[in-house]
Amino acid sequence: MQKALVSIAIAASLGLGATAAHAAILDDVKAKGYVQCGVTGGVAGFSAPDSNNVWTGIEVDYCRALAAAIFDDADAVRFTSLTSQERFTALSSGEIDVLSRTTTWTMSRDTQLGISFVGTMFYDGQGFMVRKADGIESALDLSGAAICIESGTTTELNAADYFAANNMEFNSVVFVDQDEVVKAYEDGRCDVYTTDSSALAAERSKFANPDEHIILPEIISKEPLGPVVRAGDTQWFNIGRWTYFALLEAEELGVTQSNVDEMLGSDNPAIKRLLGVEGEFGTPLGLTNDWAYRIIKHVGNYGESYDRNVGPDTPIGLERGLNALWTKGGIQYAPPIR
Amino acid sequence: MTTLDTGRNDAPRVSFFNDPVIRGIIYQVVVAVILVTFIAWIIQNTAANLAAQNKTTGFDFLWRTAGFDIGFSLLPWSRASFYWEAFLVGILNTLLVAVIGIFFSTILGFTLGIARLSSNFIVSSLATVYIETIRNIPLLLQLFFWYFAVLKAMPAVRDSFTLPFDSFINQRGIYVPRPIPDAQFGWVWVGLLLAIIGVFALRHWARKRLEATGQRFPVFLTSVALLFGVTAAVWLISGASVTFDVPELQRFNFRGGVQLPPEFVALAFGLTIYTASFIAETVRAGILSVNRGQTEAAQSLGLKDSDRLRLVIVPQAMRVIVPPLTSQYLNLTKNSSLGAAIGYAELVNVFSGTALNQTGRAIECIAMTMAVYLTLSLLTSAIMNWYNARVRLVER
Repeated sequence: MQKALVSIAIAASLGLGATAAHAAILDDVKAKGYVQCGVTGGVAGFSAPDSNNVWTGIEVDYCRALAAAIFDDADAVRFTSLTSQERFTALSSGEIDVLSRTTTWTMSRDTQLGISFVGTMFYDGQGFMVRKADGIESALDLSGAAICIESGTTTELNAADYFAANNMEFNSVVFVDQDEVVKAYEDGRCDVYTTDSSALAAERSKFANPDEHIILPEIISKEPLGPVVRAGDTQWFNIGRWTYFALLEAEELGVTQSNVDEMLGSDNPAIKRLLGVEGEFGTPLGLTNDWAYRIIKHVGNYGESYDRNVGPDTPIGLERGLNALWTKGGIQYAPPIR
Repeated sequence: MTTLDTGRNDAPRVSFFNDPVIRGIIYQVVVAVILVTFIAWIIQNTAANLAAQNKTTGFDFLWRTAGFDIGFSLLPWSRASFYWEAFLVGILNTLLVAVIGIFFSTILGFTLGIARLSSNFIVSSLATVYIETIRNIPLLLQLFFWYFAVLKAMPAVRDSFTLPFDSFINQRGIYVPRPIPDAQFGWVWVGLLLAIIGVFALRHWARKRLEATGQRFPVFLTSVALLFGVTAAVWLISGASVTFDVPELQRFNFRGGVQLPPEFVALAFGLTIYTASFIAETVRAGILSVNRGQTEAAQSLGLKDSDRLRLVIVPQAMRVIVPPLTSQYLNLTKNSSLGAAIGYAELVNVFSGTALNQTGRAIECIAMTMAVYLTLSLLTSAIMNWYNARVRLVER
């Protein structure tokens, strides 16, 4: 009896002391051999499984770039499809290592949720989609409309702000899952479907008759979308951030998936530093010095990923706009690698 | 020799640790200590991890401006409302659908349960098919079915079906005129209240007379006459009038009147249909549990058919029906949280969905939501237990 009591007491005190240990995320990822990446349930061009059930999209490419930098293997990624509601809990609980899921960078999210935004992969803004037959030309004509919205998004807040600011009323219908939002709009429950304008274009490309719907010209908000990591692990944050910058830097320097091997022999010092021919930039991150070479070799640069997934030649057909490099009239800009 | 005899009646002398009473106490204490330690560890661990993740915690967010819209609300709601108001709106919407669901599923369930026992082959087999089909399909699927089936079947706003009394039905829901009583209308409520008191007095008097003289009095018909007669008389005398706010087609939707959105209709309908099938089985079990001899005994006493049911069969069936019926009511209330999937603004959708995500206070929001369901369930149980105590068989 006494023995039992003592052993129980020991077990209890052990349990009390054993609060979650904080190992470095990079070590965990290396140990399990893959990056766990949180994505959408299927937004074409951003993250969606293709006809062969392979995840593709500009946000998926980011996760693949991360895996390439760490493992030299763009397929060392596992994807977790999350709703808007689940995403932050999944990230802060450690279920995923990185969240790359059309997530808007806002101050409260950055400072109160215990998460850190890596950068802005995609500059977006919220728009409205309506049926062409309704003859609406401006968002200012929408007073009294029923609007379908996904729960737990900045979209919900922006819509309320916009209608209040313009003294208009609306009736919101809020769903947990994006698929139900789109289905309800298509079935006529709502006059308007609102979300980031890139996602509107992506959803419209999947409709039976895309021509029957138009996206109104007003962009009512700033929606900087970017990958997110757990706060508190500087090394993992830096890996996330510089993976994104490497994608941009490669485009700026003209390094592409097809010419990256030739570029290894380039005389340009900036390219030498990017590809790890000169200098030590990968090892301080906990990676190898050819980390950026691996990214470009497996995934390509930012521009290639953009054109492949959401660019003008895809069904989604988005111009570069703000997402062009700073040298080409956009605002995508990476600090120098040196 | 005598000492031996008394010794046999004493409790056997055992060592301290083998005494069953002391052992029992020690086990209880050990279990209590482990439990308290475990809970303390959970709380401490959670707090430590939240702090390590730089998360802000606390309930101060309840007094912040919500900034989002809620599509269906019984309270006045605007984007300037606070989070605690969103919490209330969610609770009320949950309660609304739960109360309506409980009311209709009880009626439908009792009807079906009795129908399944009917001697009419068609009636009983229809009830059987209904119960076995609905009971064995997951509720979430049924809700999706009703919601999207209703949306697809209904006409667009401009082609609304027009019903009598300026009511309309379309994809955006059911619109009926909203009655607006004038100031005099308060007297009508007073009249109705008086009539209800009168009905109770009448029942009391009729029972006393029945016990004293054995003479029956047509209580039901008199009560109906009393309710309608008094209310109508007061209405006429007071000169109260009611105007109607009629729904009118605007640019996009109908404005004015009362709108029942399709999310609400689908959820209430789905919950009713689903729970009724379980209640039907409960009712059938209750009725079958009453021995056939009870019916025969009542007949041999010369009780009327209606009295036999009311005084003999139903009271005995109810004591079997009520406890499982309570569980069904609890299930229905909890199942209403599935409304989040079809866009109904109930508690889970509004508070553990939108509010949680906009504030990031996951633990606080989930805990508050769980507390609400716990409270609702315990309240329902308490009411049903009170009712059960009343209908219970009195054992003598």
